[in-house]
Amino acid sequence: MIDKGSHIGHLKWVLQEFCKAFFEVDELKMRFRPSFFPFTEPSMEVDIGCDRSGGEVRVGEGNDWLEILGCGMVHPNVIRNCGLDPDEYQGFAWGMGIDRLAMLKYGMPDLRAFFDADVRWIEHYGFRPLDLPTLFGGLSR
Amino acid sequence: MKFTLSWLKDHLETDASLDEIVETLTRIGLEVEEVTSPADRLRPFTIAKVLDAKPHPNADRLQVLSVDAGDGAAPLQIVCGAPNARAGLVGVLARPGDYVPGIDVTLSVGKIRDVESFGMMCSERELELSDSHDGIMDLGEDAPLGASYAEYAGLDDPVIEIGLTPNRPDCASVSGIARDLAAAGLGTYKENRPAPVAGEGACPVTVRLEFGDTPPLCPAFGLRLVRGITNGPSPDWMQKRLVAIGLRPINALVDITNYITFDRGRPLHVFDAAKVSGDLVVRRGREGEELLGLDGKTYRFDDSMCVISDDNGVESIGGIMGGELSGCTEETTDVLIESALWDPVNIARTGRALGVSTDARYRFERGVDPQFCLPGLELATQMVIDLCGGTATEVMFTGELPNSDRMIDFPVAEVKRLTGLSLTTPEIKGVLTRLGFWVTGSGDTVKVAPPSWRPDVHGKADLVEEVVRIVGLDEVPATPLPNLSAVSGRVLTPGQLRRGQARRALAVRGLKEAVTWSFISRAQAEAFGGGRRDLELANPISPELSDMRPSLVPGLAAAAQRNADRGYPDVALFEVGQIFGDDTPKGQSMVAAGLRRGTAGFNGAGRHWSGNAPVVSVFDAKADAEAALAAIGAPVEKLMVLAEAPDWLHPGRSGELRLGPKTVLARFGELHPRVLAALDLEGPMAAFEVYLDAVPTPKSKARAGRSKGALDISDLMPVRRDFAFVVDEAVTAERLLKAARGAEKTLITGVTLFDVYRGAGVAEGQKSMAIDVTLQPRDRTLTDEDIEAVAARIRAAVEKATGGTLRG
Repeated sequence: MIDKGSHIGHLKWVLQEFCKAFFEVDELKMRFRPSFFPFTEPSMEVDIGCDRSGGEVRVGEGNDWLEILGCGMVHPNVIRNCGLDPDEYQGFAWGMGIDRLAMLKYGMPDLRAFFDADVRWIEHYGFRPLDLPTLFGGLSR
Repeated sequence: MKFTLSWLKDHLETDASLDEIVETLTRIGLEVEEVTSPADRLRPFTIAKVLDAKPHPNADRLQVLSVDAGDGAAPLQIVCGAPNARAGLVGVLARPGDYVPGIDVTLSVGKIRDVESFGMMCSERELELSDSHDGIMDLGEDAPLGASYAEYAGLDDPVIEIGLTPNRPDCASVSGIARDLAAAGLGTYKENRPAPVAGEGACPVTVRLEFGDTPPLCPAFGLRLVRGITNGPSPDWMQKRLVAIGLRPINALVDITNYITFDRGRPLHVFDAAKVSGDLVVRRGREGEELLGLDGKTYRFDDSMCVISDDNGVESIGGIMGGELSGCTEETTDVLIESALWDPVNIARTGRALGVSTDARYRFERGVDPQFCLPGLELATQMVIDLCGGTATEVMFTGELPNSDRMIDFPVAEVKRLTGLSLTTPEIKGVLTRLGFWVTGSGDTVKVAPPSWRPDVHGKADLVEEVVRIVGLDEVPATPLPNLSAVSGRVLTPGQLRRGQARRALAVRGLKEAVTWSFISRAQAEAFGGGRRDLELANPISPELSDMRPSLVPGLAAAAQRNADRGYPDVALFEVGQIFGDDTPKGQSMVAAGLRRGTAGFNGAGRHWSGNAPVVSVFDAKADAEAALAAIGAPVEKLMVLAEAPDWLHPGRSGELRLGPKTVLARFGELHPRVLAALDLEGPMAAFEVYLDAVPTPKSKARAGRSKGALDISDLMPVRRDFAFVVDEAVTAERLLKAARGAEKTLITGVTLFDVYRGAGVAEGQKSMAIDVTLQPRDRTLTDEDIEAVAARIRAAVEKATGGTLRG
């Protein structure tokens, strides 16, 4: 997201709101840690609060942390190379693995199954084509 | 990067607890990966004394010990097989219930050859302290009985491991980590600047940097001889720290270099001066030169690499690893200490090319502090003299320390602009100063010079990062985005919309969405018209994933076969994804593809009392392709069907859908038996590909709210007439239907083929095709004459186009 005023405060809000909506929890502990990526400055990694005590990961509970994404303010060189003046334009970027997020949300144990096309797996985890989850209709099916 | 708590406190005056330190490290970007305390594992083991050792009555090699655990209780009877067990020995006791890590056993009271044993006396290997298993540990008589062995041995020093990001070479040292923690308010950084060591006389070995006209791979080199030293094991405190972070103590000289590498982030090397012949020349390697490295492996050089050589040849891989033959041993009496600077990029390349990863390479390729090159040499000299004795010569220094000075104009408002955090100028200046940055000025823009140990800091954004990471990202308030419009506009691109439309249409037709790899095997690629050299991966994960896919069908076919092999033979899958025609961006295109196997047709699969599902055919694939095309808004009724297809489809059971003569929108058909056989697939399989990018986007943008024209429907009843034409076998339905449709433009609204007949009444080589024509009157009911006129035009048009005549 690039404009003339978006800063780390906005980035934190966007990611907090996203994670709360996606994981369908009212309160979610989040931790922003300074990190390094060549294309953002400052750069951060984000952890969410979870509970690992029962062998599976439960998001929104407990005292453990789980790293879910990297983010930061778009590096001035990137903005410049896109033909904009980094003293005037600014913004943030983030990235997360969608398969990993799905694993967390649905408690899927194995990433490889995503690419195996086992019809039993697709039937179990898939959505009905005319009843896709929406925020206003609820994300759980 | 690993270090221990006590080591950190050499550089940081602090009252903070381990938990506070760990939390702060992560908060400021030095993410703690693990904190281990060797003491935790060794906690149960105590110091005990053997009072008495008698031969075992039933075994020659065993003894029965009587052991005083130092707890005031009666002595324990323990059966022991160690040759060194004897009365008076003070060692380490493990009791029933204790877990012994080295043998992975929780002890219980045992009976060994009929004698009960209430514990064991441990060897170093049993406690995972070393590989030594010559006998049980012998601590010496003055070790305190009953005390914790871990505490006695000083093993209760927690080890902290941080995951270091590649931009922070300064924190590849304990002192650098301490500086960051102090800046974050966790104590006071102890500067500990090494004092120069006075030398006597010049260093007898000179160093030449010989790079000719090529870029210098070693900008500066310091060397110093220390004569008359006694090498041996390094002191206990140093060995403990090295062992704690996973290094193996070797001898004092080598341990000192390793210690300073971790303590200050300054890698050094020591040569045994007696084994160096002549002067040292730092230069590019020569083809064919070799070195036996300290790790026992032989390395071969070329002229892209930087080596240190003497009259005997190459003695060291500059900045990466020394050679075995000139290395220091316990017999070394004169030592040459090297502290140099190396080109970071070349270090990384050389390390990669030689496949060698060392603590020195790790630091040099990230960038060491050039200003600590000579202080590091002074520190090493002092430690060598302190631990091994001897006298040092003066420093031989050649080359030039690179100038790392940078000056950044820093508007302090940048912090607020990029982070939203409100800080005062003194707060900002305070953080930077504590990190060692030089800051001057007091207005809106201050001048900042980063320290020599921070090669990563170049501009304003870097300074903002320093400030916000030390102040803490937790301090940045989450700020809602301004709501710029009550209702957002369309955000999806036409391409994204099409993908969604195609997915939904295909899913509704009962195909299940799959995601397969973009990489397929060479055999699959070749079978589907791929296998080009430019689409071969340079470094595939496995031979099964060696080529970029030219089609989605091979992946779907393999997936369907996997399901069949698991006992689910009737599957229908689709995928929307990229295919690759060549290695340019234009060669990449978005495709919706599907495949039906067995009897997985549109109306269900398998056997049923009302009739079994037929095996899938070309017509299933065609219907799927048309459904996907209709869903994305392609003019399906205008498309031409051609009996042409790529060679992976069955030549008689396949086709193409084209818009105009050239634009192929879809291909469909049954997989060619040759392809099935080549890829170990069992048919039948019917597949299609729809080329989403090939469908033209509507040119004129419909006026807002008027994207559809007004509806014009007639109240009059439509009229249907059937015609049967006898045509030559070669005439396609497509040609006949097109001719009939075009015979009259206003009245004819539909033409379908409802029967094809060959046999009695129709001549050999001909067939009868029956069509159903719908006529929709507009302004008045059609008379018989009107209908007959249209029928005549249809007969004439069909005869002209196909040579067919009405069947009598």
